[in-house]
Formats: sequence, structure tokens, C-alpha cells
Amino acid sequence: MTPSYRYQEKARMGLVHLALLGYTLIALFPIALVIINSFKSRSAIFNDPLALPDTTSFTLIGYTKVLQESDILLYFGNSLLVTVIPLFLVLLFGAMAAWALSEYRFRGSRLLALFLAMGIMVPIRLGTVSILETMVTLNLVNTHMALILVYTAMGLPLAIFILTEFIGQVPNELKEAARCDGISEIRLFFQIILPLVRPAVATVAVFTMVPMWNDLWFPLILAPGDATRTIQLGVQQFIGQYATDWNSVLAALSLAVLPILVLYVFFSQQLISGLTSGAVK
Amino acid sequence: MQRAFPWHLIFFLAPAVLIYTVFSAYPLFDTLRLSFFTDSDSGERSFSGLSNFATLLGNAVWSGAFWNAMWNNTQFFLIHLLVQNPIGLGLAALLSLKGLSGARTYRTLIFLPTLLSVVIIGFIWQLILSPLWGVSENFLYALGLGQFFDAWLGKESSALITLSLISVWQFIGIPMMLIYASLLSIPDELLEAAKVDGASPLRIFWRIKIPLILPTLGLVTILTFVGNFNTFELVYAVKGALAGPDYSTDIMGTFFYRTFFGYQSQLGSATMGATVATMMFLVILMGVMAYFYLIQRRLTRYQL
Repeated sequence: MTPSYRYQEKARMGLVHLALLGYTLIALFPIALVIINSFKSRSAIFNDPLALPDTTSFTLIGYTKVLQESDILLYFGNSLLVTVIPLFLVLLFGAMAAWALSEYRFRGSRLLALFLAMGIMVPIRLGTVSILETMVTLNLVNTHMALILVYTAMGLPLAIFILTEFIGQVPNELKEAARCDGISEIRLFFQIILPLVRPAVATVAVFTMVPMWNDLWFPLILAPGDATRTIQLGVQQFIGQYATDWNSVLAALSLAVLPILVLYVFFSQQLISGLTSGAVK
Repeated sequence: MQRAFPWHLIFFLAPAVLIYTVFSAYPLFDTLRLSFFTDSDSGERSFSGLSNFATLLGNAVWSGAFWNAMWNNTQFFLIHLLVQNPIGLGLAALLSLKGLSGARTYRTLIFLPTLLSVVIIGFIWQLILSPLWGVSENFLYALGLGQFFDAWLGKESSALITLSLISVWQFIGIPMMLIYASLLSIPDELLEAAKVDGASPLRIFWRIKIPLILPTLGLVTILTFVGNFNTFELVYAVKGALAGPDYSTDIMGTFFYRTFFGYQSQLGSATMGATVATMMFLVILMGVMAYFYLIQRRLTRYQL
């Protein structure tokens, strides 16, 4: 390689870094701006939005106000409840169904797989009118149970689809060996198969969790009451009420972003390797 | 030899199939069915054939609102298609370059907004674009573009485009990741061979990489389409259920919500709501079918 060629290559890589760095800034700037200003006094927010909080401008007034005047902790609890329980159910029932679909040949198995896969492409929201009527009949409006059931139904199709691929890759010898030992089909699944596909389950978990946590539609329609309000709905209504109180608005937004940010710091590698490996299949 | 009844099969399948059927598949079919019914004032439901569809498409008030939402939604989708996916492709192409350091950090950071709630993102941008705060105005002045600043979200002519671009900003991570994964799966030998033959990087990109990742571009297009024609949160968070100013940001999701739930003086109607949902279902179905029959079938032959 000649020196001039290497120089050219370096310059080109520099430009690539410049472009990526530029876009990274565009992606992060709005979020950083809100978080930074949530710690500043009202005058500092307006006079110098780009400055970091310093000793004179630092204040937690927005946060204390949000915590005092809204039930934001309750909303967090509600969101956690209607995310974690459906997540567990989707992973458990999804893995069980995926195992049955990939392991056993039975009449109608292809049709059943297709029926379940339909939910990947057709959004569950389109059935909202009927879902609400069912919930009214079952007396479940304004309960956590309504959201738990709908989110479980929402997450299952994609979970089953992805897990079927992974469970299909478990080597046959392993299953046959276990069967020769006289193990029951149910124990075979829980004690051997499930531990084997744990990495795939983790990937599916992230895919399943984010749309549930971020959903506004079903909380708005099925559980708008104060006791079951989720964080998205709570923040939306709080901001509508306190629109002119910039400290509170910025603090509420930061509080809503924080849990996902923290989770992302821990799980981003898992999520992204899942995305990039699952995507091509 | 008599075979035992496959109890284990029932055990494994029943929970998932039951919950999915009762709370996802059945409601969808029931919603389609409800679009052929009408509720009387006393709350009695009776079969009314296609009359809901006749109202939706024939009555001037209804059809005006319906086509407005449909056209706005189409624009919303086209902006995603023409801005989000090309930028996503560009970022993926840069990230997949050989010998780029820090690719992992870049993609992690650029993907972050995609994970955040649409509601929160909507509010964040509303603040940033607000003339009250003046952050974006000062920023444009610093670039010497100050005269272009306007209250974009408040104007009929620009509100929809602005909302579309906010959504593009948030979801660019999805096309970027999918295309990135697809670019990484192209065998090195193929690219090396082209290089040895003297093809320039740009030519390799257009003539080799793009044709090979066409199936992924098709997938990204259909995912964008389904997502866009079923979204609701961003418009609702920023503009409310009325999707102002003067319905200029009304899309199918907000139109569906108002029809079903009612707003201000108009009462909500379950059956008209079901009719709007059925139209949304037909649009999405047409998109998905077009994808499977036209695009996918044509593209598979390029697959490695």
C-alpha cells in the first residue's frame, strides 16, 4: 500500500466518522436537552437552554412538584405490572406453543402456525371495538387484568414465530437421549429445551417489552381510571394540565425516559445483537 | 397399537392459542362483523348491510373526514418512505464499512430514540420547536437561517410534515438496523472479487450491495407501511384527538379514535368505529398482499 493511498483512506474514514457523529448528535441532542434543563431554574431554562446546570441555576423543583402533585410512582407501578406480567406470560406460553409447533407433527399444525402468524402483520388495535365490548362483558374495564390479557395476546405471535426458529435448531439426539431415559414430554420441555433456548428468550423479551411499556392506545381506552393509569397516560395527562409549568413538564418527561435509558445501558448489546441476527432470517 | 391422546400437545398449545384467539383474532373478526351492524338510539343492534360503508364513503361530512385522514396518512407514509428509509440505508452503509472503529457505539446511540415512548418524543419535540422556548429559533439564527423559523407545528401547511419528520427521527433506527444486518450478511468474497475487478466503492454499493439487500428493503417498506397506517400516539400527544389545526394532521388512527370514542359534540359509535377499523384493515391487507405477491416473489431470486 502506498503512503498516499493510506492517507486517502484515512481522510475517507474521517468523513465517515464526521457523518456518523453528526447523526448521533441529532439523535441524542433533543433527549439530552430535556434532561439537562429539567435540573435548571425557570429563568435558566429560558435564558440559556444549552448551558449545563450550575450552582446558581440547579434546582429540583420540577421533580418535587411532579412527585407531589401527581401519582407518578403509582403510574410507574402500574406500567411495571402491565409490562412484566404479560412479558412473563408471553415468554412462557410462547415458548410452549413454539415447542409444540416445531416438535410435533399433527393435523392442522401448518394452519395453526399461519393463524398465529397473522397477528404479526395485522395490528391488534384494529380489533379495539370488540376488545372493549369483551372487557365490558367480563367486567374488566379499568383493571390491570384487561391490559395484561391484551398485551399477552399482542406479544404472542412474534414471540412464537421467533422461538419456533430457535427451538427447531435444538439437535435431535439430545431430545431422543432424554426420551430414552423415560422423561415425560413436559419435563423434557421445561428441564432441557427451555434452558437451551434462554438466549433467544432474552431477545424476544426485549422485543416484547418495549411496545407494551410505551403503549398509549389501550391504557387510554381500556384503563383510563386513576388507579390503573400507566406512566405514558399519566405523563400525557399531567403535561396537559401543567403545560405552562416548564420545570414540571421537563421533569415529568425526564422521569418517563429514565427507566428505558437505564435498561438500555444494561441490555443494549443483547438487544442489538438480537436485532441484527434475527433480522436476516 | 393404540396411541394415547396427545394431552401434552393440548398442554403446550392451549394457553397461547386461547389467549390469542379470545383477545386478538376473535376481536378482529368481530370488528369486521360489527361494521355491518347499526346501533339504534335505544342501544339495540341490528344488521344493516353495507349502510355504514355507504355513510362513510357517501355522506359528504363523513367521506370528507375519511379521505382527509387517508390522504394525510398517505403523505405521512410517503415522507417515511422517502426520508426515513434512504437515511437509514445511508447510515447502515456507513456503519457496515470495513475497518470502521466505534460502529457498535454509533449504532447503539442512534437506535436509542426508537425505544422511547412516542408520547414522550412528541412532547420533547413540541418543546424544542416551541417559539416560546426559542431553542430551535436560536439554533437556526446561529446557522444564518433564522428567517426560515416558523411555528411549524401550529400551521396547517407544515404541521403534518413536521410531525412526519419527528416520527422519522424517532424510528430511523429500525431501517438502519435491518439493512445493516442484511449488509453484514453479504459474503466478503463477493465484495473482494468486485474490488479485484476494479469496481469503485460507489459502484460496488449500487451494483452489488443494493440488489442483494432488495428483499430487506422490501421488508422495511412493508413494516413502515403497516406501522404508519396504524399509528396514533404521536398525533394524539402533540395535537390531541382533534388533530389540528383544522384536521390537517388527522390520520387514520386519530380518525378511528374520534369515530369510536366521540369528541366534543359528536357521540362515539362502536359500529362506525368498526367500519373505520375495517377500512384500515383493508388498506393494510392490500399493502401486505402487494408485498407478498409482487415484491417478495420478484425479489427472492436475488437472495443468497
